[in-house]
Amino acid sequence: MVAVTLWGSLAAVAGGKDKLDIEAKDIRELFRKLAEQYPAFEPFIDRGIAVAIDGTIYRDTWSKELPEGAEIFLLPRLAGG
Amino acid sequence: MNFDPRLTNRSFTSVGTRPVRPDGIDKVTGRARYGADFNMAGQLVGRVLRSPHAHAVIRGINTSKAEALPGVKAVITAADLPDLTNGDSAMYDILDNCMARKKALYDGHAVAAVAAIDARTARQALKLIEVDYEVLPHVTDVDEAFQHGAPLINDAVFTEGLEEKPVKPSNVTKRTQYGHGDVHKGFAEADTIVERSFKTEQTHQGYIEPHACVASVSADGMAELWVCTQGPFVYRQHCAQLLGMEASKLRVTSSEIGGGFGGKTHVWAEPVALALSRKAGRPVKLVMTRDEVFRASGPTSATSIDVKIGARKDGTITAAEATLRYSCGPYPGMWAEIGAMTSFACYRLENVKTVGFEVLVNRPKTAAYRAPSAPMAAFAVESAIDELAKKVGIDPVEFRIKNAAQEGTRASYGPVYGPIGIGPTLEAVKNHPHMKAPLAKNQGRGMACGFWFNFGGQTCVDLNIGMDGSVSLAVGTVDVGGSRASLSLVAAEELGIDYSQVKAIVADTSSLGYNDMTDGSRGTFSSSMATISAARNAIKILRERAAQMWDIPVDDVTWEKGHAIAKGEKYGNLSPLSLKEIAAQSGTTGGPIAGHSELVADGAGVSFATHICDIEVDPETGSTRVLRYTVVQDAGKAVHPTYVEGQYQGGAAQGIGWALNEEYIYGKDGRLQNAGFLDYRIPVCSDLPMIDTQILEIPNPNHPYGVRGVGETSIVPPLAAIANAVSNAVGVRMTHIPMSPPRILAALEASASAHDA
Repeated sequence: MVAVTLWGSLAAVAGGKDKLDIEAKDIRELFRKLAEQYPAFEPFIDRGIAVAIDGTIYRDTWSKELPEGAEIFLLPRLAGG
Repeated sequence: MNFDPRLTNRSFTSVGTRPVRPDGIDKVTGRARYGADFNMAGQLVGRVLRSPHAHAVIRGINTSKAEALPGVKAVITAADLPDLTNGDSAMYDILDNCMARKKALYDGHAVAAVAAIDARTARQALKLIEVDYEVLPHVTDVDEAFQHGAPLINDAVFTEGLEEKPVKPSNVTKRTQYGHGDVHKGFAEADTIVERSFKTEQTHQGYIEPHACVASVSADGMAELWVCTQGPFVYRQHCAQLLGMEASKLRVTSSEIGGGFGGKTHVWAEPVALALSRKAGRPVKLVMTRDEVFRASGPTSATSIDVKIGARKDGTITAAEATLRYSCGPYPGMWAEIGAMTSFACYRLENVKTVGFEVLVNRPKTAAYRAPSAPMAAFAVESAIDELAKKVGIDPVEFRIKNAAQEGTRASYGPVYGPIGIGPTLEAVKNHPHMKAPLAKNQGRGMACGFWFNFGGQTCVDLNIGMDGSVSLAVGTVDVGGSRASLSLVAAEELGIDYSQVKAIVADTSSLGYNDMTDGSRGTFSSSMATISAARNAIKILRERAAQMWDIPVDDVTWEKGHAIAKGEKYGNLSPLSLKEIAAQSGTTGGPIAGHSELVADGAGVSFATHICDIEVDPETGSTRVLRYTVVQDAGKAVHPTYVEGQYQGGAAQGIGWALNEEYIYGKDGRLQNAGFLDYRIPVCSDLPMIDTQILEIPNPNHPYGVRGVGETSIVPPLAAIANAVSNAVGVRMTHIPMSPPRILAALEASASAHDA
C-alpha cells in the first residue's frame, strides 16, 4: 500500500481528496488502479501524469517500483522549451 | 532497458574538458546546412495566405483564380487537411492552427497555401485567393480577455477546475492550484506583507533562423521532410497523424538549427508543405518570412500576476500566495499552471498557495520558450521578495538564504526535494566579487533566483565502431547547443579513447528508434545516459572479441582505458588489445562491432540559478545599459564546460532582451504592429557586457555522471534580477516587463507626481 498525493486539479476530480491509499507495486499498476477507482482520471492519464517518488520525477518509466513508505506525488506532465 | 542510471563516484578523463565542437567549422564558414539550405530537383515554392483579421469567421474561400494562374501547381485550404485527429483535441488544435478551418483566430492565422514554380508566381497566386470573412470582435490583452463580457474566442470552452461547473462559456480554459499549509494563518503571523501586481508582455524566442522545410510526397505515398526542428520524431508523428500517413512512410531529417528555444517543438508549416507536395506531386519548399515567424509561430505568454508574501521580523517567510493569468493564444494550454508550479519553488515555505488561469486571446498559439512560464512567475515573486527583504531590513541575499529550499524541503509544487543547488548558488553569489563592486550615480544592482524542473524522456542511440577504430555515434536529439561535442566526450569517456576518435551525428527518423524532442533541457542529460549505455554494450562485445582473439574465456577479459586486458598471472604474456586492434579484426571475429541503447531517461534533477545584474538608467530618457551580469547555476556535472557557459550566457542574453525591450505590440485592430527585428528589438552584442558565469556541480543522483539539464534555467532569473537592479537604480519598484524607456520614464513621472501630491 502506498500513499499517493494528488495535485489540486486531480484532487478535485477525486472528490476533493488529495491523498489516496493505493495497493500498487509500480507506476503502471498505480495508473491502472487509479483509472479503475476514479474513471474521471483517465483523461488526465491520457494527457500525461508525472510521478514524483521521494522527490524524483518520473514521466515515462511506468515500470518504476513504488517503495513502501515512499512519498508518491502526482503532477501534470510538463512542456519544456 | 537494463541500465542502472545511478550516480557513481568516478574520475573523468574526457568529460569536463573543452574540445572544439565538431560542427563549429561548418557553421563559421557557412557550409552548415540549415532548413532553407536543402533543395530537391523540381521543387516548388510554397507560400501561405494569412488572415489580416484578429478574429473572423471564414464564410468561404474561392481559389479558382489562383489555381488558373500559369505556374501554380497546387492550392490548398483546410479542406485539403481533413480532420483525422479522432477526438484528440490537442492534435485538432495543432491542425486548426496550421490551417484555419471555420474561424481565423489571430492576425497571421493561415487560411490557404499555394505551391508554384517560383516565388513571384506563388505571391501572385496568394493575391488571387478570395476569402470571405465575417469580422468578429477580438481581444488580445490577457486581463481584458479574463473579464466577463470579453469577446468570446471559443464558445465551446467552459472553465475547467472550478468548484462549480460553469454554465457560461469563457476565455478562461482552466483554473489550477498548487500549494500546502494555510496561507491565511501564515499571513496572520507575518509582521510585514508585500502585495503587488505585475505584468509581462508577450515575447518571441527570437531564433535567428526562420522555420523552413522541404517536403516531398511520392505517388506511392512515401514522403520525406527536411526541416529545421527540435524534434524530428515528434514532427514525424504529428505530420503523419495530420495527413493520415503511416509514420514509417515519412522520413524526417533535421537540419542544423539556428535557434529554437521551444519554438521549434511545434509544427506550423510542415503539414502544409506536405499537403502541398501531395497535391502537386512535386517537392515543395516552404520558408517562413520573419514577419510570418512573429505573426504565426509560437511566442510565449503575456501575463498578469498578483503576488502576496509575508514575513516575520526575523526574516522568516510565513506565507506566500500568487494568482497567475497567462495568455495561451486561441487554444488551451497549461502555461499558467507551470507558472503556478514554479513560482515559489526556490523557497522553504510552510504556507503557500498559487492559482493559475489559462486565458484565450486572439494572438498566435503560445509555444514553449526556454523554461516556459517560469521567468514571468520569477519576475513577480523575486521582485516581491526583494521588496519584502528591504522592508524587513535584511540584505536580499541573506533573506533568500534564510528562506531557501534545501534537501528535504517540500516544494511549493508538491514533492519533497532531494539534493538541490539553490543554497549553494546563493552562497556563491554572496561571496562573489560582483556583489562588492562599487556603483556610481544612476546605477543599481539586482539579484534574483530561478528554478526549472528539467526532464528526460525516450531516447535511442547507436554507437558503431569502424574497422579503423573510429567511432560513429548516432543520436536522435537535435543538437541545439553543442551536444554533439558533449556526447562525443561521453562516448570517449566510457570507451577510454580520445575525443577525436568519436564523430557524433543527428540521425534521421528512419535510421534510429524514436526520440523525444530536444526540450526540457533534456538533450545532454538523456542522450548522454543512452550513450553511456550504448558504449557499455559495445565494450561487452569488444571484450568478447578480444577473448576470441586470445582464445580465453570472456570472463577473464576486462576493459580499461580503451584496452582489453587479460586478467590474471596466467595471461602475463598477453599485451593489452586496443579498441583499434580489436576493431581491425572485427571482420573475422563476428562482424561489425556496435552498441545500441534505447531507454527512458527519467530522474532529471531540478535546477536552480542565481543571477546578479548591474544596470545604469538615464533618468532623462529612461534608457538603460547593462553594465555587468553574472550567472551562477548548478549544472550537476558540466560535460563540456564551454557549452554549459554558453547556455548560461544565452539564457541571460535572452532574458535581458525580454526584460528591457522585447514585446509584441498590437494595435486596436488586433494586428501585430512590430513583426520584424527592426521594431521588435532583441539585444545584439553591443548591447551586452561579457556575461560572467560560475558553474556549480551538485551531482544529480539519477545520472551516472551526475548530469542535470542546463539549457533553460538560465532564462528564469534575468527578468527579476534586472527589474530589481532598475528599481534600485531609480528608487521606484518596476512592475511591468519590458522596462522599455517609455515605461521607465512613466514610472519615474508617476512616482514624482505621487511625491508632489
